[in-house]
Amino acid sequence: MIEAGLKNELQKQGVYVTSLQELYNWGRANSVWPLTFGLACCAIEMMAASMARFDLARFGAEVFRPSPRQADLMIVAGTVTKKMAPLVVRLYNQMPEPKYVIAMGACAISGGPFKQGYNVLKGVDRYIPVDVAIPGCPPRPEALLHAIMTLQEKILNQKLTGPDRPRHLNADVPGEFPVPVCGEHDLEPPNNPQIWQPPAIKR
Amino acid sequence: METLEQIKARVEQTLPPVKLDILPNECPAGERSLLVAASAGFAVAKFLRDDAQLRLDYCSNVTGIDWPDKELTEKTKVKQVMDGVEKEVEEVKKTLRPGFLEVVYHLYSMELKHGPVVLRLRTENRADKTRLPSLTPLWRGAELQEREVYDLYGVIFDGHPDLRRILMWDGFKDFPMRKDYVAPDDFEYEPTPHDEVLDAAKKHYPVEAKPEVKPEVKA
Repeated sequence: MIEAGLKNELQKQGVYVTSLQELYNWGRANSVWPLTFGLACCAIEMMAASMARFDLARFGAEVFRPSPRQADLMIVAGTVTKKMAPLVVRLYNQMPEPKYVIAMGACAISGGPFKQGYNVLKGVDRYIPVDVAIPGCPPRPEALLHAIMTLQEKILNQKLTGPDRPRHLNADVPGEFPVPVCGEHDLEPPNNPQIWQPPAIKR
Repeated sequence: METLEQIKARVEQTLPPVKLDILPNECPAGERSLLVAASAGFAVAKFLRDDAQLRLDYCSNVTGIDWPDKELTEKTKVKQVMDGVEKEVEEVKKTLRPGFLEVVYHLYSMELKHGPVVLRLRTENRADKTRLPSLTPLWRGAELQEREVYDLYGVIFDGHPDLRRILMWDGFKDFPMRKDYVAPDDFEYEPTPHDEVLDAAKKHYPVEAKPEVKPEVKA
């Protein structure tokens, strides 16, 4: 690794030095293409974020792809019903690595106002790994921009090698997650215990 | 528009074996309704639609109600002679009203600009005899709403062109809007539970903090 001071000094002289990791992450972080995918009112805010006033294009994330095969980011914008959950997981499985998930709004995080309903999944993180969660009902477009920036920061800090390298660089870690089945009374299984355990609450 | 009594009289005149009931409504709106036996439901509905004075050509709303078994208590005052003195004693009579499912149709007339007429059909019970005639052949707009009533309450509509679940998935076995429906237990993570949610969450959090007992301050 090159020292930051030396790198700065070299830059002043017109010599740019970088590492492969930085170049690779810089490229990825500035072209995060989301999947065109909305479930409820949060999707309206997501659309607003991509339009001229908020202009998601400033972050390189304006290219909403209508196919999961071309998308890097899944913005789960809205209520995930139990009928919809298998399809969401299937879409996620069809996305190529590296892939990221933003849980947008109260419903995607926990079920939100519909949490106690018989038909709503209590948080999309029960089946797919969530990278950034945005609270709000619905969150403002600025909040989505902040989530994209948080995600960019996360991507920029990912290592190419080493034991803590991300999933897409580690062949041993699977990138697909089991799709739940709509059973007679509920989804089966009701959550994926490999990625979701109920957080411990002290009472 | 005619009053419900007039409609009832004309229906009973035109379709002789049919008997209608007028259900009172105690709420401030006082919207009364016509109760029809399930077997005559289709004929009465057809009469309401086609009759020249009614022409109820628009079914604005179909909804379901679940009435579980209910114990009705009736209090009557009975005179009894006790120790040579006549006294009034209250006698409580308890009767069990078996449960049933009910479907309510709100009918209007676009042509004559009147309405609503509220029509109710009841099933025999909540378990196995939950069949009712479908009114979709008369009002096409009832199709999706009858599917919803089937999906959430379990009323089976005879003569419906496409009776499938509409909101829940096809393999689903329960009827979630029934009073005795038990939702799946996914209360593993409840940061701020209260009321019924607290009861449901307790199973997952067996150890519960006891409320602090404040020592009594001696005056």
